[in-house]
Amino acid sequence: MAAVSLDHGLILAAILFAIGFAGLLARRNLIVVLACIEIMLNAAGLAFVVAGARWGQADGQVMFLFVLAMAAAEVAVGLAIAIRFRQTLKSLDVDDADEMKG
Amino acid sequence: MTVLFTIAAVVAVLSTLMVVTQRNLVHALLYLVISLFAVAVVFYTLGAPFVAALEVIVYAGAIMMLFIFAVMLLNVSADSPLRVPSRAWIGPAILAAVLLAEVIYGLVLTSPPLAGKTVGPVAVSEALYGPYVLGVELASMLLLAALIGARHVAARDGDRDTEGDDA
Repeated sequence: MAAVSLDHGLILAAILFAIGFAGLLARRNLIVVLACIEIMLNAAGLAFVVAGARWGQADGQVMFLFVLAMAAAEVAVGLAIAIRFRQTLKSLDVDDADEMKG
Repeated sequence: MTVLFTIAAVVAVLSTLMVVTQRNLVHALLYLVISLFAVAVVFYTLGAPFVAALEVIVYAGAIMMLFIFAVMLLNVSADSPLRVPSRAWIGPAILAAVLLAEVIYGLVLTSPPLAGKTVGPVAVSEALYGPYVLGVELASMLLLAALIGARHVAARDGDRDTEGDDA
């Protein structure tokens, strides 16, 4: 039985996380930045599921469900912030929000 | 089933790279859907069918719906046209076809348990509502807080001023 090894799954999770992190640093569009955060969360959840599958336990999948709920909550608030961002600053460039106002 | 896993992993990495490098926002979201589908196929090959279904339903369905709604509400069509030209479909369509072929192969031509051991929905549910039931309650509170917070943040200024009156 040629099962997928733990290493391959974790390498895939690391690659996806690195791509998402690079995009987070490189892209300036707020929507794309949120999408990159989704990619990183998804990669973290993938690592959980890979580890759970390695030992045949359900705990990894349970943790993925929590990551899923957190990602949904995060993206809802994040996109609401994006809408306010657009209304206030008339752009979606995250570099336009480099000034704080108390 | 290392071959299915490897093909799905390559599709996931390629489509995720396209998400990061695409200049057009709608094209990037199109590739993000393919990336999530690819990770769902990876979950299936790892013997986690329940999580694979949830990945498609919640991530590729609900969360991407939020992204599309935000793109429409923000009216980004000025800087990136919402109408996707036909050649922009080619890349995502090819990657999606690869995943579809994999799923058909996995479902029809081979027996369902692809990895060493399949952990099905029953085992996940027993763990979720057994030792992890406190986490489920916390997740529900988090989602409620996100719902109220998103409504408050995205509300227009006029709505926010009268919020105390009509409450």
